[in-house]
Amino acid sequence: MDKSIPFILLTAILTNNFVLVQFLGICPFLGVSKKIDTAVGMSAAVTFVMVLATTVCYPINTFLLVPYGFAYLQTVLFILVIAGLVQLVEFALKRFMPPLYQALGIYLPLITTNCAVLGVVLLSVKEKYNFVQSVGNALGAGLGFLLAMVIFAGVRSRMETCDIPKGLQGLPITLIAASLTSVSFLGFSGLVQGLFGA
Amino acid sequence: MILILAMSPILAAIVLVAATGLIVGVVLTLASILMHVPVDPREGKVREVLPGANCGACGYSGCSGYAAALAKGDTSNCSLCAPGGSAVAEKVAALLGLVAEPSKHQLTAVVKCRGTCEHTQKRVHYSGVESCQMAVQLLGGPGQCTEGCLGYGDCARACPYGSIRMQDGVAVVDPRLCRACKICVGVCPKKIIVMLPLDKKNAVNLCSNHEKGGVARKQCQTSCIACGLCAKNCPKSCITITNNNALVDPEICVGCGICVKKCPTTSMEMMPRFAVDILGEVHLEETKQSA
Repeated sequence: MDKSIPFILLTAILTNNFVLVQFLGICPFLGVSKKIDTAVGMSAAVTFVMVLATTVCYPINTFLLVPYGFAYLQTVLFILVIAGLVQLVEFALKRFMPPLYQALGIYLPLITTNCAVLGVVLLSVKEKYNFVQSVGNALGAGLGFLLAMVIFAGVRSRMETCDIPKGLQGLPITLIAASLTSVSFLGFSGLVQGLFGA
Repeated sequence: MILILAMSPILAAIVLVAATGLIVGVVLTLASILMHVPVDPREGKVREVLPGANCGACGYSGCSGYAAALAKGDTSNCSLCAPGGSAVAEKVAALLGLVAEPSKHQLTAVVKCRGTCEHTQKRVHYSGVESCQMAVQLLGGPGQCTEGCLGYGDCARACPYGSIRMQDGVAVVDPRLCRACKICVGVCPKKIIVMLPLDKKNAVNLCSNHEKGGVARKQCQTSCIACGLCAKNCPKSCITITNNNALVDPEICVGCGICVKKCPTTSMEMMPRFAVDILGEVHLEETKQSA
């Protein structure tokens, strides 16, 4: 299996898109996708936290959990570390970068225990990626999240003006639209393998 | 100690997770102390006084935004809150040591159109989405008059206080419920909703048609035909005819009612009496006392 960075990035963005193919992080996907600008803000925050969480969790896993046989504690410890990390980042942003805090601030607490963030860390471990590959995977997952959010926000803003049957208004039509968007991403399967000849 | 931990994996796991939790907790506590951002305590107090409707009538992103701007000194105008009115302005002024500028008037939104189904007809049959925003894109709306109320209720849906209802194809604002947040003013694609004082009697031209008299009359029976009778007879000369439409200056108008009597098409009406007439109830007792 090829593990070059472009391969990992493309896989994470298109074929294994975290939201639309692996169904992680559905909560913000449905919750914050009403407008394109909030969707972009949320995705930027998620990407940032994903990369940061991977950077911190990778050493913990490699130098603490695996050598001492605590690999089974990964889920518990990672969620703890990620939650603390996001809180720390929020403090730091509020203190040192108020404009960025204004932009990301309201989304940061929302993603403390987002399963997409935990998922990207755990999946990197499962795939036995090294540090650079793990960060690449996290970045790709974040960009994939951004892509899915922006596409779906566009779909939803179109639905705003549609005459939707009463029984389907609200969440039902949103879920139907989400599944159709998800199906469209199936079209990418095999694309990366074809490109890299693996 | 290490031996015991090595012997009992359960204990070791507990210690490891607890230690991580402890470290995270200590780091976060330190961070919250080190990176503490001083928040003006007055901001919270001002925020509590504001109504919390987050309507944006003040021009800020919401009640919190307005409170922050007031506390920081970005603005010293404490009477920007339309839903709160003068009562909130005084409370805010007391908290911040400012002087509440007497808010000019208690305002209410008024839809400048009374082209109900009996007064005007449809030009085309529209069967699209029930939304003014959509209907206006097709030939400026289906009605004979392309400047009047479309009647699909975008303003009624946007009103956070439920003060607007659709009656005979025209939006009607209930001044009892209107909190003057101006959301409807921005939503209306025809821009025919205006803010007018509620606490004084004044005349208002309930027509937004800018066509010449004959054309306007054909489009709607209650349209302003720009005959100029109101302007000629106004003792305060507060009525101007611009672009074939009479406009009353509510600041100067004394509410004598001469223009209403002279108007041949009944497009001129008294504020706030017309609201009573259309709703068919007498509910403006407070206004009547002050007027």
